[in-house]
Amino acid sequence: MENDVIIGLEIHVQLNRLQSKMFCGCSTAYHSSEPNTHTCPVCLGLPGSLPVLNKKAVEYGIKVGLALNCQIEEETLFYRKNYYYPDLPKGFQISQYDYPLATKGRIMIRGDDGAERNIRINRAHMEEDPGRLVHAGTIDKAKYTMVDYNRCGMPLLEVVTEPDLHSPKEARAFLDKLKSILEYLDVFDGSLEGSMRVDANISLKGGDRSEVKNISGFKGVEKALSYEITRQKNLQRRNIKVVQETRHFDEIRNITVSIRSKVGAHDYRYFPECDLVPLRIASWVPAVKAQLPELPDAKRERFVKQYGMTDDHAKSLTSEIKVANFYEAVAAKAPPKLTAVWVADVLKGELNYRDQGIDRFSPEHMVEIVNMLSADKITEDGAVEIIRTLLDKGGSPQEIVKDRGLGKAEDEAVVKAVKEAVAEAPAAVADYKAGGQKALNYIVGLVMKKTRGKADPGEVHRLVKAEVDKL
Amino acid sequence: MNMLSQLKDHLLANSSEEYLSKLFEKVENSRLNAFTTLAKESALARAREFDRKPWGGLMAGVPIAIKECISTRGIESNCSSRILKGYVPPYDAHVIERLKAEGAVIMGKTNMDEFAMGTSTETSCFGPTRNPWDLNCVPGGSSGGSAACVAGGEAPCALGSDTGGSVRCPASFCGIVGLKPTYGLVSRFGLIAYANSLEQIGPLTTNVEDTALLMEVIAGHDWRDSTSAEKGSYLPGIKDGVKGLKIGIPKEYFGEGVDPQVEKSVWDAISTLEGLGASWREVSLPHTKYALAAYYVIAMSEASSNLARFDGLRYGLRVGEDKDWHTTFSEIRSQGFGPEVKRRILLGTYALSAGYYGRYYLKALKVRTLIKDDFLKAFKDVDIVAGPTMPIPAFRIGERINDPLSLYLADVFTVPINLAGVPAISVPCGFADRLPIGLQLIGKHFDEATVLRAAHAFEEATPFHEKRPEVV
Repeated sequence: MENDVIIGLEIHVQLNRLQSKMFCGCSTAYHSSEPNTHTCPVCLGLPGSLPVLNKKAVEYGIKVGLALNCQIEEETLFYRKNYYYPDLPKGFQISQYDYPLATKGRIMIRGDDGAERNIRINRAHMEEDPGRLVHAGTIDKAKYTMVDYNRCGMPLLEVVTEPDLHSPKEARAFLDKLKSILEYLDVFDGSLEGSMRVDANISLKGGDRSEVKNISGFKGVEKALSYEITRQKNLQRRNIKVVQETRHFDEIRNITVSIRSKVGAHDYRYFPECDLVPLRIASWVPAVKAQLPELPDAKRERFVKQYGMTDDHAKSLTSEIKVANFYEAVAAKAPPKLTAVWVADVLKGELNYRDQGIDRFSPEHMVEIVNMLSADKITEDGAVEIIRTLLDKGGSPQEIVKDRGLGKAEDEAVVKAVKEAVAEAPAAVADYKAGGQKALNYIVGLVMKKTRGKADPGEVHRLVKAEVDKL
Repeated sequence: MNMLSQLKDHLLANSSEEYLSKLFEKVENSRLNAFTTLAKESALARAREFDRKPWGGLMAGVPIAIKECISTRGIESNCSSRILKGYVPPYDAHVIERLKAEGAVIMGKTNMDEFAMGTSTETSCFGPTRNPWDLNCVPGGSSGGSAACVAGGEAPCALGSDTGGSVRCPASFCGIVGLKPTYGLVSRFGLIAYANSLEQIGPLTTNVEDTALLMEVIAGHDWRDSTSAEKGSYLPGIKDGVKGLKIGIPKEYFGEGVDPQVEKSVWDAISTLEGLGASWREVSLPHTKYALAAYYVIAMSEASSNLARFDGLRYGLRVGEDKDWHTTFSEIRSQGFGPEVKRRILLGTYALSAGYYGRYYLKALKVRTLIKDDFLKAFKDVDIVAGPTMPIPAFRIGERINDPLSLYLADVFTVPINLAGVPAISVPCGFADRLPIGLQLIGKHFDEATVLRAAHAFEEATPFHEKRPEVV
């Protein structure tokens, strides 16, 4: 039945790794700033101001287009999208319409049936972000609304898929993959508020579609879509026609509500933005292509080949660029296959449980842990305990092993030296047995001499005492 | 002291403050209504400073009047519209920066048709400007204030803007020189847009050499305007004459609708140029008859979008008590814009609407290409094209204001030039009774030098520019 669900997504991605806005020199680092402090005549749309295109933004756009396997157009054009809203200071948004930057791409995801499948990308085009409305209190009770233009003019890339997705879970998988690619390209920081916003089109086979607008957060997308499927199915069951409309996702109540739009269908009166000249971008492509990093799919394939890990582990380790880099840093100094298992299956799980990122964990510590495991010095349970302790309390793997006695077997050389020393010093043993605690120190000294000081004195003391007590 | 070069010497030898004070006195007693905002205090302060310690520059100490739609830091720039009353730009337009860098003194702002939408300077919220040659006549538009103050001796020179003839028309009606530069030659940064794919800032002066001088100052590349180009050289070759120059006379620019006195003056002007060693031949600009329709579709479409930002939220007019956004916004716009501006916004919105876009806007763009091709073809055989600037001399105030179509028709010879993006100058070439007539000389893209050279040769050979109106 799920195949009767048809979903298409429009994703607005802030290219927030850029230093300056789309059409002016204002800084993009506004996220923790006072309202209306990152503005100028251009992004405020003051009379007489003109846009100047950020070349780097176009390069980033091409980069994303190439990574989404798109065709980069020979020439690209900017258009004006005309509509009135207080967060839009010019009364139009500079966007693209005909001749977008990139068309006809694809992203591979794992579908609900477990098989890998391509989701087609219709287009990716560039536009500027509007400002932000801030309501005093809740939206329906606010006496007034304030506008913050800091976000105005932020470079956006809108990625539009074909209606190739068939469930909320697949939509989620698609978004995860897209985010992964964007972070690989270093054009996007998903941790910033509002950095990715999604419009979802959804219909049941044979029915009209509804559009749920401006959902932030991937969990939100899944919830909104699930709600819409249930709502549309219920309507169908009662023989009520699904009407084509725009809906809003209420994050608090987890439902979608119809936006009683003032105009039936929006007429944005697109026409070319004459203040910007047409861009011939075909010639830019080779240089941008040369800068493209290894992308998730390619890295995953290489991990299987180079490190001999399973495809599942490779997928898990390459879904986030930070995890992939962490893995490779550890695998350079520890057995790669064992590292794959421990990073993918254990460390990632522990981090997820704590809602923490991989940057919380030191690759050096992971090297030590994997190497101890590999040398059979600690047990698997011990390794898990070390990881948990490091995450919850800090410290170093060595200390934790010592403090908690997680060492699986003592060094044979030390054990041998202890046995020899005890045998060589019957007098000291006798003294000890007679109550002379200090006599043990003599034996410890002998052991230290035999091991040329390499053994841990405390550990040796423990071993000597155990050996003597056995006598 | 007719020329700016002479004025500069005069200011150095005498007092810039005294000269400027006299101008302000004249403005304050004027019946022209050419100025809207006077920057008296800052201008006089700058003149005093100049007198104390004169500086250099192409415009050293020279006062200049600026059209209301060009942004001036600290001086209200309201496009003669109620909706922008009180708006003081926090930045200077590129041309203002250039003028200041070359030592000029900004006198104030001049009246215009509201948002440059008009041919008569009657749609201004400040009331109409009067023609110094006949106070009952319009000065032309939309840069009527700039033309009238220069013709009336209230300012030695001025800047206007030309979207469909707005510099050349008032230059023609007021008997002075006005140039519309090649699209892209003068940065539009700071020019409050009416139709951004058509308009250029241009000088209004009493003689051709001053226009060339001003072009040396304001032309040139500005990174803040993505359509802007490098400047050429305008003053050095200006006196080289017209010997061997080939002039094209478009047959479509004569005949029906053209005032006989205008037609005669223009033919006399062509004879004069011939006498100076130029030759002429007939050329055809076959798509001229579609130019007006295409122009108005494009200009109004762009205007409907360019004027969308005026919602009273951040600057400009605020009406009564704030209600919800949609109501407040609608009230501000309905009270802030005049009827001509509303008409153009409505028509432009219509032309861009789904279903009509192809029929109007797209078709107009195609016509625009054909008109440009007409000129490119003509320029294969000739160096410049000559004809009347306006088909008629200045008309009476109120005569046409209620008949927009007849006003639009008056732009028939000026709008094709904006559609093609080529440069054109209007120079005085005669009088119809007491009202001046303008000769329009049109050049190839970025060939202002040839246009200025021909205009200068004509001016040298004729007395028309020397006549000044007697204004009370």
